[in-house]
Amino acid sequence: MPKLVYADNAATARVLPQVLEAMLPYFGEEYANPSSLYPFAYKAKNAVEAAREKVAALLGATAREIYFTSCGSEADNWAIKGAVLASKKEKKHIITTAIEHHAVLHTCQYLEKKGVEVTYLGVDETGVISLDELKAAIRPETVLISVMFANNEIGSIQPIKEIGAIAREHGILFHTDAVQAAGHIPIDVAEMNIDLLALSGHKFGAPKGIGAMYIRKGVLIDPLIHGGGHERGRRAGTENVPYTVGLGVAAEIAMEKMPGEMERLSKLRDRLIEGALKLPYTFLTGPQENRLPGLASFCIEGIEGEALLLNLYNAGVCASSGSACSSGDLDPSHVLLAIGLPHHVAHGSLRLSLGEVNTEEDVDHILEALPQVVSKLRSMSPVWENGKPMWHLED
Amino acid sequence: MYSDKVLDHFSNPRNVGEMEDANAVGTVGNPKCGDIMKMYLKIEDGVIVDAKFKTFGCGAAVATSSMATELVKGKRVEDALKLTNQAVVDALDGLPPAKIHCSVLAEEAIKTAIADYYKQQGIDPTPIIGCSGDCAHCCGHNHEE
Repeated sequence: MPKLVYADNAATARVLPQVLEAMLPYFGEEYANPSSLYPFAYKAKNAVEAAREKVAALLGATAREIYFTSCGSEADNWAIKGAVLASKKEKKHIITTAIEHHAVLHTCQYLEKKGVEVTYLGVDETGVISLDELKAAIRPETVLISVMFANNEIGSIQPIKEIGAIAREHGILFHTDAVQAAGHIPIDVAEMNIDLLALSGHKFGAPKGIGAMYIRKGVLIDPLIHGGGHERGRRAGTENVPYTVGLGVAAEIAMEKMPGEMERLSKLRDRLIEGALKLPYTFLTGPQENRLPGLASFCIEGIEGEALLLNLYNAGVCASSGSACSSGDLDPSHVLLAIGLPHHVAHGSLRLSLGEVNTEEDVDHILEALPQVVSKLRSMSPVWENGKPMWHLED
Repeated sequence: MYSDKVLDHFSNPRNVGEMEDANAVGTVGNPKCGDIMKMYLKIEDGVIVDAKFKTFGCGAAVATSSMATELVKGKRVEDALKLTNQAVVDALDGLPPAKIHCSVLAEEAIKTAIADYYKQQGIDPTPIIGCSGDCAHCCGHNHEE
């Protein structure tokens, strides 16, 4: 294969070379347990604390409010289960949205089985919740509002500051799954009234297997992992020193490069969107404005997403889809259904997510490959006749 | 994970396209499930002399359609009716469990096309083939829609 364009950065991003380099000593000579008391362990301990400072800086938090976890999913689970378990209310209610990542959605569904009531707020056609609906959903027994910062499939960004203000006004904890946002767009936990925030390292240049949780000072939630006194007694388990160091360096680089990368990626994304929308019966999913800088998402009528991905890969492009077949499920993505797309259209979804590895040439390559692949698949599709789909979205 | 054979049949599907002079056409699946197969057969003196397909669906749906057309080409109609989804799966060196329904769809597409052939001959296909509709192997609601 001559050229492979990696346009699936929302699935995972490559580990930055500087990150890998910074991690390596902690696999080797600096192998001490940071909890040990002798000076040999000081470097490991200091490295973990320096990483905490860097992650805190990325979020506008203080270092004491940052707790390292094994991944974003752990942080989401901890925030939600921990908040529910810590609540002294007799009846417990959570407000979340229909477009959350499964780390939140399935945690809420699990808690429903345990007697917790959950409201799943719908979204408009661009994938954004209504603040009025949020206010209306609040009950005396509401213990947590959990709304994702930015959506992984369609790139929509929620009005986090406004949601935080509503939660604060009602004295309800506010958690946000910021896995797609952290390291990519500005987050200020103080200004946005965020109480709990989950992030994942591998979405912005750290390795897979490290995440973090922000817990606002004074917010009490139960631990998910009991054991030793690590992470100030709130998350047991010997610190993953090299990965934590990697997360810190990735956070530092993300913060430094964010303004430039946001501008660069937004331009690449917009060119990608403009080019892709020249295909007939193809439309953007998610908002036109106020979307994640690197994320372009579409539905292409008359074809199926997994077949599209496999063909795109044959043409040298890594992408993803929310089609049923690509998820191993029978239904297309809950996000695409939540923004009101019918099943037959949602099956033809495509997500291209650009990141630091991508260039103008990559966008050129995608825009050259995509029409060929779409045309090949449409030519063999029984639901594509005379240059149009048999079931059009507008029908 | 797909086998090399699935990837080959998906990337280079055999017998893809429409057939102008087909005398047996069958469509199975539904757009809600994301899988639709349309099978075209040309049957002469009880022998399938040509087979073509068009498929809207995932990689496995395309590969099973392609393999099914290969497997029935040159066969007598009675023999083609014996084609099982497992034979299609085996010929493709296996399918992931979540994709087995695609092979079922391919088997049913062949049967539905042959049922169409019998109907055109004035023969009731039901006693020969049984239910030739795709019996809810996808989302379980084909019969209601």
